[in-house]
Amino acid sequence: MEFLFYMGDVFTPINFGLLLLGTIGGLILGATPGLSPTMAVALLIPFTFQLDAAQGLILLGAAYTSTVAGGAVSAILLKIPGAPANIATTLDGHTMARKGEGAKALQISFLASAVGGVFGVLLLIFLTPVLAQWALAFGPSHLFWLAILGVTVIGSLDSKSVVKGLLSGCIGLWLATIGFDDIMGAQRFIFHPALGGGINIIAALIGLFAIPQVITMFAKGRHNDGAEVIEVQKHPIGGAIRELLRNKRAMGIGTASGSIIGLIPGVGGQIAGLVAYDQAKKFSPEREKFGTGHSEGVIAAESANNAMVGPSLVPLLTLSIPGSPTAAVLLGGLLIHGIFPGTDLFDNHPDVAWTFINSMLIGQVLMCLFGLYVAGLAAKVAQVPQSVMAAVVLGLAVFGSYSVQSSMGDVYVMAALGVMMYFLERFGFSAAPLVLGLILGPIAEANFIQGSMIANATDGMSAYFLGGGLNLFLIAVVIASIFYSAYMELRSRRYTSKEEIMA
Amino acid sequence: MKKLIAGAAIALASITTGALADGHANYPERPIMMMVSYGAGGATDFQARIVTMTAGNEDALGMPIAIINKPGAGGRVGWNWLAGQAEADGYTLGAYNIPHFIAQSIKGGVEYSRDSFEPIANWGADPAVLVVGADSEFNTLQDVVEFAKANPGKLTTSGAGLFVGHHIAALQMEKAGDLKMAYIPTKGGGAAAMKAVIAGDVMAGINNLSDAFRAREAGNVKILAVADLERNDFLPDVPTMREAGLDVDNSSVNFRGIMVPKGTPQGVIDKLAATVPAMFENKRVAGKMQAGGSPMHIMTRDEVLDMWAAREETLKELLAGL
Repeated sequence: MEFLFYMGDVFTPINFGLLLLGTIGGLILGATPGLSPTMAVALLIPFTFQLDAAQGLILLGAAYTSTVAGGAVSAILLKIPGAPANIATTLDGHTMARKGEGAKALQISFLASAVGGVFGVLLLIFLTPVLAQWALAFGPSHLFWLAILGVTVIGSLDSKSVVKGLLSGCIGLWLATIGFDDIMGAQRFIFHPALGGGINIIAALIGLFAIPQVITMFAKGRHNDGAEVIEVQKHPIGGAIRELLRNKRAMGIGTASGSIIGLIPGVGGQIAGLVAYDQAKKFSPEREKFGTGHSEGVIAAESANNAMVGPSLVPLLTLSIPGSPTAAVLLGGLLIHGIFPGTDLFDNHPDVAWTFINSMLIGQVLMCLFGLYVAGLAAKVAQVPQSVMAAVVLGLAVFGSYSVQSSMGDVYVMAALGVMMYFLERFGFSAAPLVLGLILGPIAEANFIQGSMIANATDGMSAYFLGGGLNLFLIAVVIASIFYSAYMELRSRRYTSKEEIMA
Repeated sequence: MKKLIAGAAIALASITTGALADGHANYPERPIMMMVSYGAGGATDFQARIVTMTAGNEDALGMPIAIINKPGAGGRVGWNWLAGQAEADGYTLGAYNIPHFIAQSIKGGVEYSRDSFEPIANWGADPAVLVVGADSEFNTLQDVVEFAKANPGKLTTSGAGLFVGHHIAALQMEKAGDLKMAYIPTKGGGAAAMKAVIAGDVMAGINNLSDAFRAREAGNVKILAVADLERNDFLPDVPTMREAGLDVDNSSVNFRGIMVPKGTPQGVIDKLAATVPAMFENKRVAGKMQAGGSPMHIMTRDEVLDMWAAREETLKELLAGL
């Protein structure tokens, strides 16, 4: 209950002002394509030089929580996921916006974010010591199986056909091999200097999701002069809350998978949203509605990616190991004030530690309030004529991919992947499995090679990868997931073929 | 007419040379950019931001230095850019990591070598240390060496990637002790390598002194030896590898400093070389570095030139067999 003791510190005028500043600034930064939470926090670090430790961390913590949620804005309205965490949000969120339900999509996404986020921070407050052990339990072999588990959902994710989903996943896995390999020291498929560092995931995201849409908009503009104006429906906030309460299952699945996956160092944030989306879809009685603007999809994805925020800081705060790029940046913010995360932080600087954690708790609520306030206004974006919209999105796409590492090479990569995706979409392929392949490829590969190096030096491959409770459990889940996908595919085939006979 | 053109040409030429000479005297006239070849939040980036934060002061350069991150491929992306594409006008600086970029240029596949850059000054030296988990059975370097000798190739040792300081230290240990370890490079830098040690995925690890110091403060690891010539102020109780019986010198120490691409005007280099070491000595800078557990080691341009040359020689010898 120590956190309650320091709760008052959050509400001193300066601290609360910084919290507001971080939250609002974070929402704006998060809604800007290309500015991922990591970037946003890194940009704010120099400002904390002048503040004391607790104040600096309030600013950074608030910015972290609200950039994750802010990413949903561009994901829903523009179909540009601000960070890997928001990929799953585009699947149903953007479809909703296209139907004129942008305000509703934004409202439920902010509400779901807040619920997931508060739960995640509460986990951080109450279960940190237990969670720290859990985070350490994942060694290379377990991370390998976890990545394989991710690969098994590729087929069923947002594709009409499992085969096409798998094919586009394979393209993603191949793209992931490009670049300089840190572990073996090999150079792979570097035919242009821009590819030396591999395909940047943010640039790829922007290209794969935004560019096909831009091309489609331009192509449409040639056919009819009259801009296609979407009626943006007003949506009462009370309705959004009721919608959330109706979908407790998606909410629960999203929050639970976000919290668990967020904890695992090095994997968490990127796939939490996608895994939650996939799980919610599998457990939903209305699974065929996913991908057509179904609110369950938005709820699962957004509650997961904010639930991950709290647990993702556990390895940093207890063990002093930054488990995610954002945590690494926050570590810098602590070090600059001479505070070492770990026992030192909680024993000698409890005021800093708990004020920081409390500010994330309050930040979640503030973020939700501001989000709901702007949701109605922001949704009007859908009324912008398509030709103008296409130009704006294209501009943002170029700006966003350049700003990731101030490199023109990333812009070329973004453009090339985007044009490729436009044609792939014409053949019924979809971007989400491709991106999942791109994210999971390096995780699976690096952990397999590391694991095999350790295995060869110790017990041997089969004992290392197939032994132990956690390995066996993960393998069982992988097998179950494959069987489930196969079963669903067969069942839906039988169903459609019957229909065809009737027709 | 000809005279007029000739006169104009001479006048123009004298204006431009005058401007150039002036440019050096007044340098810097606008903010300077410094490229860091690792991501935001990493140790190099973190330290680069601290040591350059007083650049705008009148007694330093009088102009701020902005950090630009160009991460990727263990630093190769950024250094390739600095060597090939950056403008050598004095307004583009770069942060160097020794032995990383020299080792990479020896192994090939990059567009730079030691001759592509001109050092300005060194700000930090982060030695590699040998760490084991807090509950490990190893208590001294000797324990580790004995185990490695009895079980060749079985001592799993994590480190951040290939041809970085950690890898060099591992190679030197193997050579000095005539033993064989299983070096496990991790993706995700020193943090991932440290996690592997704390979680018990590997038996030992080689990591940065600054990170290991923090991990020891948190009670997660034991630090058995420092791969440097002298004991470190942060860890007065930890012996050097030489003291503990392995003849390993300071070749793996991660030196960090500022350099410029070759072709930068000599006047600019001289000006920077004269002002930057003093800028590093600023009290605020030293205080923040100390607080963050980052060991400082200020060296002037001439000292760095010697250090680069010496490193290249040792590394060529060490990496020849690989």
